[in-house]
Amino acid sequence: MFSNFDFGVIIRALPYLFYEGMSFTVMLTTLSALGGLIFGTAIALMRLSGLKTLGRIAGLYVDFMRSLPLVLVIFWFYFLVPYIGQWLTGASRPISVGAFASSLITFIMFEAAYFSEIMRAGIQSISRGQPAAANALGLTYAQTMRYVVLPQAFRNMLPVLITQTIVLFQDTSLVYVLSITDFLGAASKVAQRDGRLVEMYLFAAIVYFTISCIASFGVRRLQARIAILR
Amino acid sequence: MNYNWNWGIFFQPNPMGTGTYLDMLLSGLVLTLKTAALAWIIALITGSLVGVMRTLPSRGANWFGFAYVEFFRNMPLLVQLFLWFFVLPEILPRAAGLWLKQLPNAPFWTAAIGIGLFMSARVAIQLQAGIGSLPRGQRMAATALGLTTVQVYRYVLLPMAFRIILPPLTSEFLNTIKNTAVAITIGLLELTGEARSMQEFSFQVFEAFTAATLLYLLVNAVVVTAMRFLERWVAIPGYITGK
Repeated sequence: MFSNFDFGVIIRALPYLFYEGMSFTVMLTTLSALGGLIFGTAIALMRLSGLKTLGRIAGLYVDFMRSLPLVLVIFWFYFLVPYIGQWLTGASRPISVGAFASSLITFIMFEAAYFSEIMRAGIQSISRGQPAAANALGLTYAQTMRYVVLPQAFRNMLPVLITQTIVLFQDTSLVYVLSITDFLGAASKVAQRDGRLVEMYLFAAIVYFTISCIASFGVRRLQARIAILR
Repeated sequence: MNYNWNWGIFFQPNPMGTGTYLDMLLSGLVLTLKTAALAWIIALITGSLVGVMRTLPSRGANWFGFAYVEFFRNMPLLVQLFLWFFVLPEILPRAAGLWLKQLPNAPFWTAAIGIGLFMSARVAIQLQAGIGSLPRGQRMAATALGLTTVQVYRYVLLPMAFRIILPPLTSEFLNTIKNTAVAITIGLLELTGEARSMQEFSFQVFEAFTAATLLYLLVNAVVVTAMRFLERWVAIPGYITGK
């Protein structure tokens, strides 16, 4: 079965796989998670604000994003972003934004829908007495959120947020459909160039598996620690 | 925006000679639904088995369930599809590999089975949580009545657990439908795939994707409505169901 297995292909491709591919994947994951978290928190606050229209817009956004396959959203933004750029800057032709920017915008917008639901649950898990007490202390709405509610919500939801980031890390492999050189893209380019599909795809699977496994093990430990503290 | 909108494009014949562009998208929709249906059946059956194994008193079964879920949960779906599609035929014995490669509709079967197994890990976790959420007394009472382990699950635990986890199962079903779009990478021309090829043939990017988006929203609405009826129908008296 493994008699004609060529490990040399993997070794020779290692620098390309990790410097080009994995660094793109990690960058995209980190920046999308941060962007998605910030934007998602804003959406969650919109949804929980007393203003009906604002809440409805946020709700529609979340439902809309969550009913579409990520692959379709990736295509949408890939073609749409240049036109939006043109519209924003008033240029005469659609602006080319490059693979990284386009996929980053896609993932921030897409993940925000998921992160917002997590943050909403987190904010709702804070007992009513907390904002009431903050109010009594004379804090404004913004201060109440900033100093009292959000830090606790964020802390309670940390394990779920990291779990969602692991999912995001795996989902970034879908930029493959745009022929971008992320980790899987790099592996697949080497695989096709050298005709070594078995080695490269098995190796990619092992790397994704190992990283996700270690991360989810970390989440489990973190969950246990937070559970004791509460 | 200097983009040439042309909403009439859907009624123009497609270059494959299979009718209009609209027909192309609809055939993609049918393929999406077929793939999702088969994947969901696989996910439900294997996921239930693994989920039950994780709650059995047997150590070995627990361990197997744990390993199964971790295996399918920690790899991107895209990578899993590549493993089944490109790697599996190569590492099997020659004859079996050759047979797999020559299978007609290989992308369809690979996608349905691959997505089914991927989703089965999620179904397993949901079911495990559902069984775990039942009061301990239910299992004890059933055992006290003289039921065997199989009967305890068959008549007491599973009917309760499945009803409790119906809402999360609905979202997993919707995820299964959405995940079929990943199969575009192994050449399955489902809805997203057809929208993409329509865009490549006609250059009407936004019309093609808008139509695909509307079709996905429609499917979502139908599934959610149907599941809400099902939820009401199987509701357990005395439990809070829905809002």
